[in-house]
Amino acid sequence: MLFTSYGFIGFLLIVLVLYYILPKSFQKVILLLASFAFYALSGPLYLLYLFSAILTTFLAGRYMGKNIEVQKAYIADHRDTISREGRKLYNARQKAKRKRAMVYAIVINIGVLSVVKYTNFVIGNINALGGQLTFLDIALPLGISYYTLMSVGYLVDIFRGTIKAETNLLNYALFLSFFPHIVQGPISRYGELSRTLCEPHDFNSQNIIFGAERILFGFFKKLVIADRLFPVVSTIAGDPKTYRGAYILCLMFFYTLELYADFTGGIDITIGVAEMFGIKMTENFERPYFSKSLKEYWRRWHISMGTWFKDYLFFPIAMSSTMQKFSKFLRKHFGDYVGKRLPVYISSFIVWFMTGLWHGASWNFIVWGLLNYVILMISEEFEPLTVKFHEKFIPMENRVYQGFMVIRTMIMVSMLKIFDCYANVGDVFASIGSIFTTGNFGIFTDGSLLELGMDVFDHGVIFATTLLLFVLSMIQRRGSIRQRMLALPFAVRAMLISALFIGVLLLGDYGVGYDSSQFIYNRF
Amino acid sequence: MNVREELMEILEDLHPEVDFETEDALVSGKVLDSFDIVNLVTELDDAFDIEITAADLVPENFDTVDGIAELIMKRMEDI
Repeated sequence: MLFTSYGFIGFLLIVLVLYYILPKSFQKVILLLASFAFYALSGPLYLLYLFSAILTTFLAGRYMGKNIEVQKAYIADHRDTISREGRKLYNARQKAKRKRAMVYAIVINIGVLSVVKYTNFVIGNINALGGQLTFLDIALPLGISYYTLMSVGYLVDIFRGTIKAETNLLNYALFLSFFPHIVQGPISRYGELSRTLCEPHDFNSQNIIFGAERILFGFFKKLVIADRLFPVVSTIAGDPKTYRGAYILCLMFFYTLELYADFTGGIDITIGVAEMFGIKMTENFERPYFSKSLKEYWRRWHISMGTWFKDYLFFPIAMSSTMQKFSKFLRKHFGDYVGKRLPVYISSFIVWFMTGLWHGASWNFIVWGLLNYVILMISEEFEPLTVKFHEKFIPMENRVYQGFMVIRTMIMVSMLKIFDCYANVGDVFASIGSIFTTGNFGIFTDGSLLELGMDVFDHGVIFATTLLLFVLSMIQRRGSIRQRMLALPFAVRAMLISALFIGVLLLGDYGVGYDSSQFIYNRF
Repeated sequence: MNVREELMEILEDLHPEVDFETEDALVSGKVLDSFDIVNLVTELDDAFDIEITAADLVPENFDTVDGIAELIMKRMEDI
């Protein structure tokens, strides 16, 4: 069920009413049943995948939790009789048992994700090399890429001792299946979400109003901006032979805007829905298009994914004893510089390869991930030079130069983003190359842009809404817009909300037989 | 040289421009990025012969010099 469908609005209203009119002890159960119902609507059989992830990771977590208790009790009981060495040996054995449980559960769940998401990709590659394998008729269960990462994070956190294992299956099932975040994240952490998710909530009109405002803004971004841009993006990327040169610049701009409106709009709806239930979720964006470097961009875009890969993949690899030994070996034979850098670069390479692969089973995403890696590593290598440049010529604080850095980052990001749009990597490189060779810049003035699926009115709407997003982002730098709106007189606030609502109704890209397009990040 | 002094030397080598004595959000405030952290851990491993794992990377351990020094001493006791 799409967030932007009438069905979802009806579903949300029913769940909200039940959530607040029934006794508070039922709230978790209502949310859980609603989440299962929401999930079942994507295909009842897919529930089996979700249930298997819930059960396997819950049981592994329980085992680890119990093991920690047993270990603590044993050490407490034998404090006077066990030597320091004996205690260390016992602790190490228990830790190894927990590690086994964690690894088994992770292998099962990553295994399921790999089979459903990557089998046909592997078959396609084998066939390209001359194989004749038949593709599997297998569909991707809703949100599997998200809930798998959440469940892995949960197990690793228990193993690391940063959270306690959940003892209540319903609480854990709700954490993994909570309907607002299962379709496109954020990739929540159990330690951050479980308390607010499972504790009872009183009805609070402020939560309802704030949540509704956030949802409305999400609808606005998705229906007015993202869906309006969708046809143009599809037209240009769908025919790489015809649309070349300056059209690719349009694609870069339009797709960057579409993806922002689509993904941040979807997350606005997610966070807004949760807020209506009194549940506070972590933010997934921090004005990413104001970043001055690609490194900064990745700290501000899809934050929950970036931090997941950093905490659960990059650090474990980069800090593993194997990598530390490798670093020592390199320093001994090749000097400090190589010894310090190479292990980090290898770890980053693995992380960016996996980040690309996680986004989708296609070479486009893998190449996209690796290009991000290459740019980030080049920036890292040139950092000392950059620092010297700023010391000698233009100080980092120079506002004009900062603006240049933001635009430079935007161009880089938008060039990388169009890897999502094309059918294959060759088309992407050919299209980007054509910007420098085609020279058809006349399309900006001869009316060609009006033949791509947006008329003058649509272009006007996109111009005005882009400006609006920019202004809102500037205001947001000084704090929450909704909090600031509270200080306004009620009539002004009501007028602004009504304007947004009317904007969604009148400017939403509905058309005949309207069917809002799928959120882009749902497919990951 | 005690643990804290040696640690300060390593940190100042890593980022001479940072005032580590007063900084209290080295990780959560992103003063140290992922690369810095991995390099710091390698240096600590070398200097104190200790093993720091990804599980230790929580703000309590890495946000201040005192937190890092405490972690080092804890790991040295484990050996």
